[in-house]
Amino acid sequence: MSGVRLLVGTRKGAFVVTSDGKRERWDVTGPHFGGWEIYHMKGSPADPNRMYASQGTGWFGQLIQRSSDGGKTWEPVGNKFVYDGVPGTHQWYDGTPHPWEFKRVWHLEPSLTDPDTVFAGVEDAAMFRTVDGGQTWQELPGLRNHGSGSRWQPGAGGLCLHTIVLDPSNAKRMFIAISAAGAFRTDDAGTTWRPINQGLKSQQIPDPTAEVGHCVHRIAMHPSRPRVLFMQKHWDVMRSDDAGESWQEVSGNLPTDFGFPIGVHAHEPETIYVVPIKSDSEHYPPDGKLRVYRSRTGGHEWEALTNGLPQRDCYVNVLRDAMALDELDSCGVYFGTTGGQVYGSADGGDHWTAIVRDLPAVLSVEAQTLS
Amino acid sequence: MIRIELPAHLRTLARVGGEVEIDVPPGAEGAGAEVTLGALLDALEATYPVLRGTIRDHVTEKRRPFVRFFACQEDLSHELPDTPLPRAITSGAEPFLIVGAMAGG
Repeated sequence: MSGVRLLVGTRKGAFVVTSDGKRERWDVTGPHFGGWEIYHMKGSPADPNRMYASQGTGWFGQLIQRSSDGGKTWEPVGNKFVYDGVPGTHQWYDGTPHPWEFKRVWHLEPSLTDPDTVFAGVEDAAMFRTVDGGQTWQELPGLRNHGSGSRWQPGAGGLCLHTIVLDPSNAKRMFIAISAAGAFRTDDAGTTWRPINQGLKSQQIPDPTAEVGHCVHRIAMHPSRPRVLFMQKHWDVMRSDDAGESWQEVSGNLPTDFGFPIGVHAHEPETIYVVPIKSDSEHYPPDGKLRVYRSRTGGHEWEALTNGLPQRDCYVNVLRDAMALDELDSCGVYFGTTGGQVYGSADGGDHWTAIVRDLPAVLSVEAQTLS
Repeated sequence: MIRIELPAHLRTLARVGGEVEIDVPPGAEGAGAEVTLGALLDALEATYPVLRGTIRDHVTEKRRPFVRFFACQEDLSHELPDTPLPRAITSGAEPFLIVGAMAGG
């Protein structure tokens, strides 16, 4: 019997939400880790019952939790994230040098093949890896020590590495994104990295086409076409057809091209989803209407998906890790809001329902397709 | 035996109910030395390794900014690790309080 399991991270705990393949009725369990911020949870593609969660508070710092039974029980694993060598400085908001300081784990990306290997994107921006199921974490220092590291500057949310995309056709290739440094790629399993921001234009930085300094919000890829990347930038929706070597804007007829998440349909590599947000200073949907936009042409041409979503007086945000898609025959699309709703569509976005309405502010949503 | 009262989140994490009681190894700071704040935290983390990094930094061992240490109606939060603990704490007459600072809204 197929089914879907959603892993929902919120400001005040984690929730595991499950349904059968019909996706009509959902069972909500939680909160796990009540009172703690759960920035992200994700299951291993190699073993869906193995999950990892990033748990933290401003009081007691960072913890990592691991489950081996699909989220029923959890155990804390290693939480020691220490930068390799002398970490040096990046730029602070005012342009002065600021020491690299670990603050939190934004994103956990389990290996595609090994349940014990996980990559962690952290603030201040760096990439860590565990190969022992989270007991110990080691930095991949080649990223932070890229020549531009001392010029990286935090976005409003901090200097965070929030996106990790693994290439299923090449175990040595990974893409990451940092706010506000931009996108980077490694072709040697994380030893060396280079910025891949050619074609991005950001009017908020002194040189709009600079090599680094762009506030990339999220990158998505369809596993069948790993050289095609889609990006939601601070402003602008972009695509690359050459593994990030160059980018073209595909915002097209979107009502606003500011936003956070971007996702790709499980079976249609040119069908992508975004949630337009009014502006960088007004983090809510335009006109009080919560609309997901879908392009079936890989960008440029977008249609509003509104059936079942609030179309008046709606002023929530949808954060960068808070959209996910399942892989069932009729592809499911899910997203969570800062108002605590998790919406789902079992038909690729044509019809939406609120799976759960009154959670704490949702930080992340991941979808697992269960067989 | 030293009694320690943890904040709720850390009790949950350590899977303990009320106060915890720990032995601080005798002579940890030298024969006949008094038990210090640093030795208490070392012993607490040795007994409950899951608390490492939640009260003080893994590397620098600096207290996390929103954590406070109270003992016998005194605030020891800003004391150095080699500060001797009050006799009432080391004797177990009074609990040592680890507190999450009031913050937020």
